[in-house]
Amino acid sequence: MFSYCTDPSTLSGLTWLSCYLTTGKHIAFYASFGTVMLLLAITAPAALTFGFLGAMAARSHIAPLRWIGKIYTAMVRGIPDIAFFLFVPIALDQGLEYLRHRWKCPDWGEAVRQGNDFVVCAEAKLPLSTAPQWVHEGYGFTLAVLAFAFVFGAFAANVLYGAMQAVPKAQIETAAAYGMTQRQSFWRILVPQMWVYALPGLSNLWQILVKATPLLFLLGIEDIVYWARELGGSKTARFSDYPHGDWRMWYFLGLLVFYLLLTWLSEKGFSRLMTRLSHGQATMAGEAQRKAAA
Amino acid sequence: MKKLLLATALTAISASAAFAAGHGTTIRMGTEGAYPPYNFLNDAGEVDGFERELGDELCARAELTCEWVTNEWDSIIPNLVSGNYDTIIAGMSITDERDEVIDFTQNYTQPDPSAFLAMSDSVDLEGGVIAAQTGTIQASFIASTGATLLEFATPDETIAAVRNGEVDAVLADKGFLEPFDAENADLMFVGDDVLLGGGIGMGIRESDPELKAKFDAAIQSMKDDGTLNALIEKWLPGSATF
Repeated sequence: MFSYCTDPSTLSGLTWLSCYLTTGKHIAFYASFGTVMLLLAITAPAALTFGFLGAMAARSHIAPLRWIGKIYTAMVRGIPDIAFFLFVPIALDQGLEYLRHRWKCPDWGEAVRQGNDFVVCAEAKLPLSTAPQWVHEGYGFTLAVLAFAFVFGAFAANVLYGAMQAVPKAQIETAAAYGMTQRQSFWRILVPQMWVYALPGLSNLWQILVKATPLLFLLGIEDIVYWARELGGSKTARFSDYPHGDWRMWYFLGLLVFYLLLTWLSEKGFSRLMTRLSHGQATMAGEAQRKAAA
Repeated sequence: MKKLLLATALTAISASAAFAAGHGTTIRMGTEGAYPPYNFLNDAGEVDGFERELGDELCARAELTCEWVTNEWDSIIPNLVSGNYDTIIAGMSITDERDEVIDFTQNYTQPDPSAFLAMSDSVDLEGGVIAAQTGTIQASFIASTGATLLEFATPDETIAAVRNGEVDAVLADKGFLEPFDAENADLMFVGDDVLLGGGIGMGIRESDPELKAKFDAAIQSMKDDGTLNALIEKWLPGSATF
């Protein structure tokens, strides 16, 4: 990185550290923080969408739709997350490859499952084995996002379902008395009012999602935990210009601080959001705001 | 919110953008990247080591385009058979158990001695606690002796366990332990070396005999002209040559 870094064995103190902390490996480590933030940024709205659809389905007047919504939430809440995180990406990947295989190579004579091997024709591979590495990484990341959204969507569905039930019935009845259709009262009366009931549950879910991001490591994605372990492991002088002992504790301490900072910041964000949403609501917090202003 | 949803959609689409480039045969080489000198990540974060140099040369001789990927040791065989990459080149010894699940090319190292590394030379190798990496030939060897086996996911953790006194010694390939013995005054080889496995080979899916034949031929040509021996002497000093 810096010009004085050509022979690190002659350096010491801060100059050594400045070279050490800017090796290609460390840059990859810093970039992996971006991976985690990107996962959060994509998963949170995706899970909220899954949750909203799930809650709407669970409240539906159409029985099969209601069953789907109920089964979805019950299933995900009852099965360990880790089983889903391992199952969803593999099942999706093999399922997609199988469909593409049937579509692209209809004349293929051999079986797809040959003993232990899962074999599809080269054109059906997802991504193609000729694709550059970043495509493979992006594909793996997408599968991970889907797994996260699927699991956290079910929890969000349950929270939103509860919040929709918590909106006072009188509000809906009044809407009906004014001549609103069911659709109108849902979008105009129920949805705007339910957020304040949903927020405590959703903020809890967000914190759990933040804490669950190291599971990316389990899915083979090179996230911050992977790099912290790789960089912290002891290095001998023969294979690295920066030999050091077992520094895993310091790297993991860094991760600890990062996660604590992230959850602390989001806690502050949520309390501000709660104040705004409570404004003018028929809840205790809303009532307190009205009295304080008066 | 809308932008974020858009981003979700974009990532999904980027996966299908893979259909673009398409030329020649690209082989994805799966390795662990945590087992110097066989394979490790260098300071720049790239795969390096004996198997990197060997693999690149084999691919050149077999006229294949090769791409290196790293994968946890634990799941390195399952991910090969499900097609995430096409070969395993990760210091994997040829054993009968593994041969039932995948195929191996001919060996590119002689059966390498495994050695015990410990903090003192008075440790009890017969009845003590010995560390080994999960799913290695060393782990199955310890399990068959009277010693207590403690398994770790990565090679690095086995060394750390010796240092902090969690185990009495670690059993691993001598080529991997040698730098630790040489550079640390407190770590030393103890007991006799043990010969395990049938040498290291590349793991290839059983349904992929063509690729196996290509690499077999390339390894044979490197054995014949002595370039393989030169690589072994460079990266694995003290190991037997062909």
